[in-house]
Amino acid sequence: MASRRLLALVKKESLQILRDPSAMLIAFVLPVLLLFLFAYAVSLDIRQLHLGVVLQTDSAQARSLAAEFAGTPYFRVRPARDRREVEPLLVRGELKGYVLIPADFDRRLARGEPLVQVVTDGTQPNTASFVAGYARGVLSSWLAERGLSVPVMLVPRFWFNPEVETRRFLVPGAIAIIMTMIGTLLTALVVAREWERGTMEALLSTPARIPEILLGKLLPYFALGLVATLGSTLLAIHVFDVPLRGSWSTLLLVSACFLVPALGQGLVISALARNQFIAAQAALFSGFLPAFLLSGFLFEIDAMPAPIRWLTLIVPARYFIESLHSVFLVGDVWPLLLRDMLAMLAIGAVMFALARARTRKSLEP
Amino acid sequence: MNASRLLAQVVKELLSLLRDPRARAILVLPPLLQLLIFSFAATLEVRNATIAVFNEDPGPAAEAFIAEVSHASFVGEVIRVHDSGHQRQLLEQGRVLLALHIPETFSRDRLAGAPATVQVLLNGQKANTAQVALGYLEAMALAQDGRVEPLVTRHDFNPNLIYRWYVVPSLSGILSMFIALVVTALSIARERELGTFDQLLVSPTTPLEIILAKCLPAVLVGFVMGTVMINAALWLFQVPFTGSLAWLALALLLFIVSVVGIGLMVSAIAETQQQAILGAFALGVPMVLLSGFATPVENMPVPLQWLAQAIPLTHFLVIVQGSFLKALPAGAVIAHLWPMALAAVVTLSAATFVVRRRLH
Amino acid sequence: MTAIVLDDVHKRFGQARALRGISARIAAGRLTGLVGPDGAGKTTLIRLMAGLLTPDQGQLRVAGLDPVQDSEVLAESVGYMPQRFGLYEDLTVQENLHLYAELRGVAKADYRATLDRLLAFTRLEPFTDRLAGRLSGGMKQKLGLACALITSPKVLLLDEPGVGVDPVSRQDLWRMVQALTGEGMAVVWATAYLEEAEQCEEVLLMNEGRLHFSGRPEALTERLRHRCFRLASAGDKRALLAQVLARPDVRDATIQGECVRVVLAEGTTGAGAALASLGEVSAAPPRFEDAFIDLLGGGPGGHSPLADRMPAVTTRGDRVSCRHLTRRFGDFVAADDVSFTVRPGEIMGLLGPNGAGKSTTFKMLCGLLKPSSGEARVAGVDLRHGASDAKLRLGYMAQKFSLYGLLSVRQNLSFYAGVYGLRGREKRARIREMIEGFQLEPLLDSAPDQLSLGFKQRLALACALMHRPPILFLDEPTSGVDPITRREFWTHINGLVSKGVTVLVTTHFMDEAEYCDRVALMYRGRVIALDTPDALKARAGQGASMEQAFIHLIEAQAHG
Repeated sequence: MASRRLLALVKKESLQILRDPSAMLIAFVLPVLLLFLFAYAVSLDIRQLHLGVVLQTDSAQARSLAAEFAGTPYFRVRPARDRREVEPLLVRGELKGYVLIPADFDRRLARGEPLVQVVTDGTQPNTASFVAGYARGVLSSWLAERGLSVPVMLVPRFWFNPEVETRRFLVPGAIAIIMTMIGTLLTALVVAREWERGTMEALLSTPARIPEILLGKLLPYFALGLVATLGSTLLAIHVFDVPLRGSWSTLLLVSACFLVPALGQGLVISALARNQFIAAQAALFSGFLPAFLLSGFLFEIDAMPAPIRWLTLIVPARYFIESLHSVFLVGDVWPLLLRDMLAMLAIGAVMFALARARTRKSLEP
Repeated sequence: MNASRLLAQVVKELLSLLRDPRARAILVLPPLLQLLIFSFAATLEVRNATIAVFNEDPGPAAEAFIAEVSHASFVGEVIRVHDSGHQRQLLEQGRVLLALHIPETFSRDRLAGAPATVQVLLNGQKANTAQVALGYLEAMALAQDGRVEPLVTRHDFNPNLIYRWYVVPSLSGILSMFIALVVTALSIARERELGTFDQLLVSPTTPLEIILAKCLPAVLVGFVMGTVMINAALWLFQVPFTGSLAWLALALLLFIVSVVGIGLMVSAIAETQQQAILGAFALGVPMVLLSGFATPVENMPVPLQWLAQAIPLTHFLVIVQGSFLKALPAGAVIAHLWPMALAAVVTLSAATFVVRRRLH
Repeated sequence: MTAIVLDDVHKRFGQARALRGISARIAAGRLTGLVGPDGAGKTTLIRLMAGLLTPDQGQLRVAGLDPVQDSEVLAESVGYMPQRFGLYEDLTVQENLHLYAELRGVAKADYRATLDRLLAFTRLEPFTDRLAGRLSGGMKQKLGLACALITSPKVLLLDEPGVGVDPVSRQDLWRMVQALTGEGMAVVWATAYLEEAEQCEEVLLMNEGRLHFSGRPEALTERLRHRCFRLASAGDKRALLAQVLARPDVRDATIQGECVRVVLAEGTTGAGAALASLGEVSAAPPRFEDAFIDLLGGGPGGHSPLADRMPAVTTRGDRVSCRHLTRRFGDFVAADDVSFTVRPGEIMGLLGPNGAGKSTTFKMLCGLLKPSSGEARVAGVDLRHGASDAKLRLGYMAQKFSLYGLLSVRQNLSFYAGVYGLRGREKRARIREMIEGFQLEPLLDSAPDQLSLGFKQRLALACALMHRPPILFLDEPTSGVDPITRREFWTHINGLVSKGVTVLVTTHFMDEAEYCDRVALMYRGRVIALDTPDALKARAGQGASMEQAFIHLIEAQAHG
């Protein structure tokens, strides 16, 4: 390995990154857009869900319960006197559910019978269970205020995220998606581009060795990935209000570990596909989508069927997202971080071995 | 407009997409594979969760409560802990979704008929899942002692909240959108890269014919793939269908046409296929995020809600979900059809304008 | 001293046998031309010498090394310039040179001197800060050569460095390479361009993976002495050519200005006398190209079955004309006040160095580009206004043979028939006509990408002629194509012209310019000369070749 040749290759690649508008788009513009959307558009926080409250009696107790519903920040209440008023609204999707306070509410209260009915729009199951859960919460706190006994009272406390803001776990997850794009998609594309433009043939005929050519590609993208992490983290902390409870150095260490398999995957793709279009497709299907869907970012891995759960074990983003959640929301939890970093490095080692085996210093097909 | 010129171009576009078996596979297989995998992977239900229990109460009431929780359908494994340090550690390392802390007064309060408190420590790193699990626990807490729960819950249209009934119809919209978007986005860019575009421009064919010839195959492919996926939802995933297939087909057609307009604009602007793919991707992902697929539109800040209304996918999702489960009446369908029609008119005329300008 | 030894080298790719036993020696201090038609195996052989491919059988020694086993050391003694040289288009000239200097480990002390020497050598000093992607074709090739030369290798391998380069730049490249052999370097120059081969000290002539000749080009040319003649006649030169080519005793014939150049078959007695009945005969010196064609079994014949099927063009009046045509891109004037008229049944050539404005003018004429001022008319109509029926009267064949690679040959034909509004019986008849005229029958279900360059060219021409246009636009139609395929192409064009078709062609090839009735020479956006090929040659002096005329006129313009 000659450091001089490596340095020249690194310099060349860095200049190319700086001059390529599409690299800049993926490394800087798209991350900001994605972070913004995950911070503001994709919110699982329940606020202002449209809820119908059908009040079929005018008793003081019933009206106080209706007022309790109207008073929470979770719901925007549409009052009604008859369920026939709200049912069509539920079909049209203008209400996510409605609460029915029946005519014999007072009698039921006295006898300890079921008090109210909540009907939700089951077409969106997640929203439906939130509506039911929050309605239940409103009712039990109303009962408790009245000194009406509930057998077991749960006192919930959310650790690491007491305000239950989804942004706090979505934004770190989005950073993992961004790093996957830089690491896998960009790397796969730039190597494929060298094949397409014939520059690889020229490089191969120089004294530069394969490891030098590969490292010369990787180091600049490694640096770009870390710069993008730094930028995204600064945005996350200062603009999107996500706490960083662990240390910056740990964050960078974890990111560096993740870049190893991400870049390795890009190299494997480009060694197999010497064409940009196929490389882009392969990077999207094997890198971006698994990072999005099979990493525990949006969907809980535990809830998936067993074969898909096994599949997630080889998705490096899964370990990275877990580590990021920990560093951002909990702190430097070393047992967890070490385990995740080891897993990422192991996948990375396999990727590099594959890439090295598939890249030869020749044009043999 | 000349029918044989147009036909020749439409046939050419379809052959470019479908003649090569590998190209055909790249077009058709990934969406179907995604439909299969995502239908199982994309679930916000809580299943198989690991929880911790820290019980300081020696009495039988506590054990009874724990036994009941352990058998709840959402719980997988229960880890018993004996000090708060261990409990904290499990939460920190993300090993458990939540921890129940039962104080030593639990059994005494239960016997006395006073409300017995249980502390629930939820892992905020998975706040969404934890919240759903908390809902299940609350229902159990209210129904102790064989009491009836004061709140009766009914989920209309999907009584057991089967997540797949939601995901599969929605995916048919999202995936056919991406297919139509990519196919159109690549069409002009590919000809430009190959150099065949000039050849087309010196022929007597008119710009309108060129644009139509790019749109029709993409509409056809998008519509067919959408139909295939809707059928997969019906027959393979057994999602109940209660609405009108005719209205749904019309909605799918309008939706695909409006998406093709967007794709055509990307194609006219992109210099290379590379840029076209990245462009389609950079537009498609935000459209999905804003469409209300992941989270309800009314949760978003107001300006983003306006933006969401301009996205055809938002409206198509309402129609497709409603047609499957809610027997969505014609009036409601029409209320979401016209925004898509408007979007189609706007994107197609904008695309025509851009293409015509690029032609000169 | 021998620099490269080839001993029974074989190479196959799947079913295709690229090399079938090549044995040769290449000397140091000499320029060796590797010559052959498209698909002969030149690129494969060069890649084997560069260690980028492994031979299936046989031995190679390059600078005393085994290219595969000693690949790491080999790179230090071999300079290689691939066909599409790997320049980083988003790096500047300076940055490209620096990169290769570092990769090849130029000593720090020599650094400045080496780069300065190469920049001076290539005359690229004024452009050191320009991005490589913004250089002209010729400048790119010179930069590529400079990159390959950074450490003065013992062996320099050049794969078709002359493709897409105009004569002025080609002369520069040539001068540079000849200076190198003087220093003892072995230079291998692969080319399908025979005027280049003729100037090599040594040639290896290949065809279909076999070596047909190795030695001095003159040795090959010498065999044809007394078999080459120039035939002049007052009549139609194209009819004369067809007549000559139809004779069994004629090996090859081409148009040269107003004359026809004839190569007779071996052993033809009474040589010149046989032709005397056709016109005025004079002996001509043999060229390497004549020997090449002779060695490969002669030219393709002068009969175009396609043209036979085409009806004669009957319309009258000027076919293509432009007046004061100007196009600006920002401050840059790509075409400046261009005016000319192409008459019916005429072949008009547009010549000029890279970046002279040929393509810009061409694109404005066929309506692909809007003029900044002035007007262009085809068949009396301004094409910008998109009159479909005027477009029906024009056929266009683009530089890259614009074929749909994803469609089969049959589907390509069917598409072009349809897009020109043909249908039903007529459409089927025309497609059949093209299949028969160009002998495409066995290839109908192949993809164009699998075809050889020659067949691609036939197919592209078939697609452009489907609607029987009276006017034909050809944009560098034979770039990178070997001489035999090029002859076949011109046979069809000549046949069409004899039916009254008008042709406008841009080209880099000087022998192609000879086929034109008139040539417009462009330089820096302007037409600097417009005349018959013979008249242009006469301006450069007695007996000048077209290439010399070209260089003479350009240099006169540049210096005056």
